[in-house]
Amino acid sequence: MQTKSKANRHGWFGITTTHLLLGLWAAMVIFPFVWMVATSFKTDAEIIFSPWKWPETIQWSNYSRAWNKAHLGRYFFNTLIVIAGSLTGTLLFSAMAAYVLTRFDFPGRTFIFYLFIAGMMFPVFLALVPLFFLVKDLHMIATYQGLILVYIAYSLPFTIFFLTGFFKTLPGEVAEAAVVDGAGQYRVFFDIMLPMAKPGLIAMGIFNFLGQWNQYLLPTILMPDEHKYVISQGLAVLAIQQGYQNDYSALFAAMTITMIPTLLIYVIFQRRLESGLTAGALKG
Amino acid sequence: MKHQQYRLIIPFLAPALGLYALFVLYPYAQAIYLSLTGWRGTSENKPWVGLDNYHRLWNDDRFTEALSRNGQLLVVLPIVTILISLTFAALFTQGGDGVRGAGFYRVVFFFPQIISAVIVGILWSYIYSPNIGLLNGVLRALGLDSLTRTWLADESTVLWAIAAVSIWASVGFYMVIFLAAMQAIPTSFYEAARLDGASRFRSFRDITFPLIWETMRTAMIYLAISALDFFVLVVVMSQGPNTATARRTEVVSVYLYNQAFDKSRWGYASAIGVVLLLLTLLLSVVIMRLTRREVYEY
Repeated sequence: MQTKSKANRHGWFGITTTHLLLGLWAAMVIFPFVWMVATSFKTDAEIIFSPWKWPETIQWSNYSRAWNKAHLGRYFFNTLIVIAGSLTGTLLFSAMAAYVLTRFDFPGRTFIFYLFIAGMMFPVFLALVPLFFLVKDLHMIATYQGLILVYIAYSLPFTIFFLTGFFKTLPGEVAEAAVVDGAGQYRVFFDIMLPMAKPGLIAMGIFNFLGQWNQYLLPTILMPDEHKYVISQGLAVLAIQQGYQNDYSALFAAMTITMIPTLLIYVIFQRRLESGLTAGALKG
Repeated sequence: MKHQQYRLIIPFLAPALGLYALFVLYPYAQAIYLSLTGWRGTSENKPWVGLDNYHRLWNDDRFTEALSRNGQLLVVLPIVTILISLTFAALFTQGGDGVRGAGFYRVVFFFPQIISAVIVGILWSYIYSPNIGLLNGVLRALGLDSLTRTWLADESTVLWAIAAVSIWASVGFYMVIFLAAMQAIPTSFYEAARLDGASRFRSFRDITFPLIWETMRTAMIYLAISALDFFVLVVVMSQGPNTATARRTEVVSVYLYNQAFDKSRWGYASAIGVVLLLLTLLLSVVIMRLTRREVYEY
C-alpha cells in the first residue's frame, strides 16, 4: 500500500528523469577529476595520442619529477609553514576577540563587532596596491611572516563572525561558576571556554585551512621570491612552463598532489565543512 | 570588577583589532586617498590630481570594455547558477522524502567548490584543449564534430567557456544552501497542499519559492560579488604570456592588476579599486531593494 502511493506520487517517469539529471551532473563533476588523476600516471606520448585510455603502466616518475624537479615539494612545505602560522593566529586571535565581544559589555562593543563584519563586504582588490606597499615598507615582502600576518588579518572578519555566533550558544553558567571559585579570567578562557568551543574552532580551522591553501591573489603580490612560492602560485607558474616544455604528465601529477590535502579533509570532515562554508549564507 | 574586566578585554581584543586595522582597514582608506593622486612608477612623489583618475576611467575604452564583460557575467552567472542549483535542490526534496543516493550526489556536487581555483582553471584549460581535450572528444564521440571549437583560443567562446567553469564549480554550494532552506519548511505545508489537490509544480511555486526567498536574495548577492571579482579563473585560463585572447577576457579585476603590477600606475589602479568597491555596495543595495518582498514567518 505504502509503496504504491509513493510510486503514484513520484511517478516512474519522474524518478528516472531525476536520476538522469543528477547522474549527468555527477558525471560532469567526477569525470574531469578522474581524468586528471589517470592522466597524471601516463607518459606524455600517451597523453597526446590516447587521451581517453587508461595508463599502460603507472608512471610514478611523473610524481617524483613534479615533486623534485618542478619544486612542488618545496612549495608544499612553504605553504605548510605559512598555514601553520596563519591558522594558529587566525583561530587564537579570533576566539579571543569573539569571546570578549560576546561575554563582556563595554562601550564600543557593537561598533567593533560591525567594524570586523564590514570586512566581509569589501573586495580585496581595493586594498591590493596599498597592501603591497605597506608590506614592502614593513620589509615583509617575500617573507613567511608577511604572508602569515596578512592571511590572519583577512581571515578575521568571517572567523570572528562565526565564532561570536558560536560563543553565544555556549552556556555561561560554567564559566561564571569557575570565576566564583576564584579561577582567573584567563584560565576560564583557556581551560573552560576554548575546550567548549572546540566544534566551532574545528569548523573554522577547516574553513580557513582550505581558504588559505587555495589562496592565489595575495601570495602573487606578496611572495615574489620563487624559493618561497606557496603551492597555488607554484602550480600556476608550472602550468605556464610545462605548456612550453610539453611536460604535461608532471603538471597533472602536480595538480593531483595539490588536490590531495583538500580531498582528505573533505572525506574526513564533509558534513562539518559544508555547514561551516554555508554558515555565512544561511545566517547572513 | 568593572575596572578589572578591561585587563582581559584589552589584551584579548588587541591582536585581532591591531592586525585588522593595519592590514585591512588602513589599506582600504589608503586606496581612496591614492585614487586621488597621479602616483606612478618608482617615484616617491604622489601628486594630488583630484578626480582626474575617475574622469580618465570614464573615457578609457579598455576599462569600459572590461566593465561591460563584468556586466554580462553579472546577468548570466546568477541566473544560470540559481536555475541549475534550485532545480537540483527541488529534485532532492520532491514530495518531502528525498531521492535515493541523495547523500552521494550532495557530496559530489559540492566538491569542486573547495578545490583551488588554480587547479580547476588548469584542469579545464586541458579539457577545453582542441586536440587532447575531453570536451571536443565527447563531442566527436557523439557525432557532433561541427560543434568542436578551440574553446579558449576563440574570441567568441573564451569568456563563456570560463564562465561555464565558474558555474560548474559553484552549483553544489548553492544547491546545499537552497536545500537547507527547503528542508526547514515543515512538511505539513506540503501535505495540506496535496490534500487540496495542488500539483507538485504549484506547491513549489506557492510554498517553496516564497519560503526560500531570503536565501535566494543572499545567493544573488554572493553571485553578483563573484561576477565582479572573477579574477583567478580568468588569469589561469586566458592570461598566459602567449594567449591571444587575453584582451577578450580582461575583466575589471584583471585590468586593475595589470595597471598596478605591470604598468605601475598606482593611483589609477587604486581608482579602479574604488569603482569596484562602489559597484559592489551599489549592487548589494539594488538587489536588496529590488527583491524586497514580504517575509513569511512560520
